[in-house]
Amino acid sequence: MSLISIFVASVLTENIILTKFLGICPFIGTSKREKGALGMGISITFVVFISGIIAYLLYYYVLVPTETEYLRTILFVLIIAAMVQSIELIIRKQFPKIHELMGIFLPLIAANCAVLGITFLVIDYQYNFWETIVFILGSGLGFTALIYLYATIREKLDQRPVLPSFQGVPIALIIAGIMAMIFSRFGL
Amino acid sequence: MKKIINGIIQENPVFILLLGLCPALAVTHTFESAYIMGFCVIFVLLFSNITVAIIKKLVPENVKIPVFIIIIATFVTTIDILIKTYIPDLHMTLGIYLPLITVNCIILGRAIAVASKEKVMNSAQDAIGIGLGFTLVISAVALMREVLAHNTITLMNDLSNITGYEWIITVLPVNLDLNVFATPAGAFLALGFLLAIFNKVFMKGELNESN
Repeated sequence: MSLISIFVASVLTENIILTKFLGICPFIGTSKREKGALGMGISITFVVFISGIIAYLLYYYVLVPTETEYLRTILFVLIIAAMVQSIELIIRKQFPKIHELMGIFLPLIAANCAVLGITFLVIDYQYNFWETIVFILGSGLGFTALIYLYATIREKLDQRPVLPSFQGVPIALIIAGIMAMIFSRFGL
Repeated sequence: MKKIINGIIQENPVFILLLGLCPALAVTHTFESAYIMGFCVIFVLLFSNITVAIIKKLVPENVKIPVFIIIIATFVTTIDILIKTYIPDLHMTLGIYLPLITVNCIILGRAIAVASKEKVMNSAQDAIGIGLGFTLVISAVALMREVLAHNTITLMNDLSNITGYEWIITVLPVNLDLNVFATPAGAFLALGFLLAIFNKVFMKGELNESN
């Protein structure tokens, strides 16, 4: 597959939220305000970019030669937790402006299934190094775009009458379902 | 017993606590993959809760979460290897969602909220209750999706490797053929409608307060 088609697929037709169901918790939970949604999306993209590349290199240059692929779950979880900690430290010291935007989201990302899921998908799809980078960036962009779109829809929705038993999460899930139908049509 | 029922209804992990939505959507295209996912979660939840409850006094407060995550990841790796060896077809079906149990918020949540405070027996009971609550919900979502989309209930298909025979039930005389429920979009719709029904039945008085 060419790099461009990987990019388009990971942003639109194979969007990680709508087809792989990764990162549903922040999607449903924190995407009530547009600004928060944007901050969450950018933080996740940033963390998954750095930890995804490190996980890729360690998997192919350490785990595969030593035939310990079964350790990948533990290793990837540790990489992500360590990366989240160090990114937090670095941006708090060096870039306080960015820390204002991303700071509150970083601790939440350590146990986020979007980040771990993308690092697993890269291995399962057997991408090479450049395909990995394009896939990670595309997935991150797709996540950010979708969570932002969704936040704007939900802000409007708050002012509309909804059946009491559908209020909150049920109607949010149904909207996500409708968005999934729309996004799956981009491929045709 | 009270703790177990508490985990199924009052503190249902998916419907009330809204945790673990990711597997509830992802592995519910067949009934079989859903209930097996449920068993895997019960397994990991039970052993991680027991382990955390045993070692809770040895773990310093500030490294609590990393230690818990590693304990959970160890049990997830164990069940990952077991399924890969004995039921390879199922390992293909569950795909990345099996290792992703590690970051399922239900398990870490219970380790922090319950197992790191209570005794071993209480933690184990809580794990079984919450695990059963999770399994029932994802099985219900899968049942709804599979019946509406394919008019079947798959009880044993990938499992036929070890049990020796397949077991797929056809339910209704007419095939509804609502293919949308087989797609990812259908997963969101099915879970949304089931959650609304659950709210209607169990949460009559509390709706206005919680929103």
